[in-house]
Amino acid sequence: MAKIKIDHIAKLANLPLSSEEKELYEKQLSAILDYVEQVESADTKEVEPTFNVIESVNNLQKDQTVSGLTQDEALGNATNKKDGFIVSRGVFENE
Amino acid sequence: MNDITSLSLTHTIIDLKDKKFSPQELNTAYLARIQKLNPKLNAYLHLNESSDKIPVAIKDLISVKDLPMTCGSRILEGYVPPYNATVVNKLASNGISIIGKTNLDEFAMGSSGENSAYSPAKNPWDTTKVPGGSSSGSAVAVSADLCAFALGTDTGGSIRQPASLCGVVGLKPSYGRVSRYGAQAMASSLDQIGPITKTVEDAKLVLSWIEGEDGQDNNVVSKSKIQSPPLKNLKGAKVGIPIEYFREGLDSEVEKVVKAAINKLKDLGAEVVEVSLPNTKYAVSVYYLIMASEVSSNLARYDGIRFGQDRSKFGPETKRRIMLGTFALSTGYFDDYFIKAAKVRTLIRNDFKEAFKKCDVIVGPVSPTVAWNIGKKTQDPLAMYLSDVYTIPSALAGLPGLSVPCGFASNLPVGLQILGQYMNDETVLSVGQQYQEATEWYKERPKT
Repeated sequence: MAKIKIDHIAKLANLPLSSEEKELYEKQLSAILDYVEQVESADTKEVEPTFNVIESVNNLQKDQTVSGLTQDEALGNATNKKDGFIVSRGVFENE
Repeated sequence: MNDITSLSLTHTIIDLKDKKFSPQELNTAYLARIQKLNPKLNAYLHLNESSDKIPVAIKDLISVKDLPMTCGSRILEGYVPPYNATVVNKLASNGISIIGKTNLDEFAMGSSGENSAYSPAKNPWDTTKVPGGSSSGSAVAVSADLCAFALGTDTGGSIRQPASLCGVVGLKPSYGRVSRYGAQAMASSLDQIGPITKTVEDAKLVLSWIEGEDGQDNNVVSKSKIQSPPLKNLKGAKVGIPIEYFREGLDSEVEKVVKAAINKLKDLGAEVVEVSLPNTKYAVSVYYLIMASEVSSNLARYDGIRFGQDRSKFGPETKRRIMLGTFALSTGYFDDYFIKAAKVRTLIRNDFKEAFKKCDVIVGPVSPTVAWNIGKKTQDPLAMYLSDVYTIPSALAGLPGLSVPCGFASNLPVGLQILGQYMNDETVLSVGQQYQEATEWYKERPKT
C-alpha cells in the first residue's frame, strides 16, 4: 500500500540515521508493513476504535499538596546546567 | 547449601517469622549465589549489596531511587532516578528490599533479551538458549534462585513469555490493576507491571502488595471497584480452549505438553469447551501498529537535554519501532494504519467477550516454541514478533494472564497460559494454583 519515505520519517522522528541504517530499515520496514497491512482485510464498518480498555474517565487525584523533587534532584541527571537551569539548544536558527 | 535461596517467597516469610534464619543471612546467601552465577547468566545489570530485607529483583526500567537505571539502553548510561516507582514504595512497606536491577531488551522491546545493550541474559536451563523477553533478567533471576521474586513488565507478553521459557510463574495483571508510575513507558495503553515468582501463591501475594490507586497513574482502577471472587474449585469450572491457538506454527512437542495440562484440568473436574477467537490472525499486526505508535510518542522525551544521552544511542530495534510508529502516525497514513488497527483491536476485545460467555478461563500455550538458540531470530524482526502470537491478543484486550510451568519439551520448560476476564485476576490465579498443586512442575529447577 505505502512505500515508506525513510528520510522524511527519520526527520519526523528526530532520529539521526546512517546511510547503512536507512538502507536496512527501508528493507525491514517494508517487509513489516507488507505483513501488518493484512489489517486492511478486517471488516471494521461501524466499529469504534479502542484506544484504551479502561472504561472509566476522569479518575481525578485528591486535591492535596505532596512533596516533589528538590531543584538539585530534578537537575541531577542533566549534563549541561547553568545557574540552576538546564541549558538547551536554541529553538531559532543561530542560537 | 542452597536451601534458603530455593525457598518460595511465602516460605521465606514464614521461616523469617520463625527465626530459622535472619534477613542478613538471607541476603548473604542470595548475594553469594549471584556472585557465583551472574557472570554466566547476566541476569543483573546492577546489584544493591545493602539489601537487608526479603530480596526482590526489579526489571531495570522501573525506577529505584539512587540506583542506576539503564532500561537496557546506552541512551540512559549514567542515569540515576531521583525517586521510587510506586511499586517499589509499595514493596518497601511490605518488608521487601531491592537486591538488584535486571537485564532486559532495550526499553522492553524484544522477545529474547537479545536487544539489551549490555549483552543478553542467558537461559539457566541451557545457556546457549535465550531466556525470552523482554523481562529476561527477572525471569532468569527467579529461575536460578537469584532472588526471592522479581518484578517485570508485560506489554505484549514480556512477563508471561520469559516466565514460560525459564520455567517460572509470571502474572500479567489486568490493565489498570497496578500503577506504572516510575516505570519507563513503552506503549501506555498496554503496559502493565507484574510479578515473576517461584509459585502461584507468591504471585497472588505480590499482586496484593503492588495493586491499587496511587493518584499518579490515571488508568488504575480503584480496588474497591474490583469484584472478582476467586473460583474455589475446578469442579464444574469451564475452561475454554481457543481453536486458533492450536493451529499451524505451534511446535508439536509444546502442543503435546499443553494438551496434557488441559487433560489434567479435566481430571481435576473442569469442563473443557472449545471457543473461537477468530480475529487472532490480526493480533500481531494490530499490536505492532499500536505499540510502535505509542513507542514513537513515549520515546520522544529522550532528547539528551534533561537526562540521558543523544538519540543516536538508541539501539537498532528501538529505532526500528520508533520509525514504524512515526510512519503509522504520519499525515496520510494515520487513518489507514493507526485508526484501522485501533478498530481491529475492538474486534479482538469482542472475540474475548464472546468467548467468556462460554467459559470462566481460557487456556492454551504461552509461546509457540520452547527457548530457541541465541542469535536464531535476530536478523528477522518479523519472525521475532510472531513468537508473541499467543500473548498479544489478551494484552490488546487488557486481560489478566498467567504463565504456570506445565512440563518440558526437548528438556526445556513449557508454560501453560491461563487468561481471565478483565479484572478477574483472582480466577486466573486460583485455576493456576489448583493446577500447580496437582502437578508440581514448578518445583523443577535448572541445574546451575
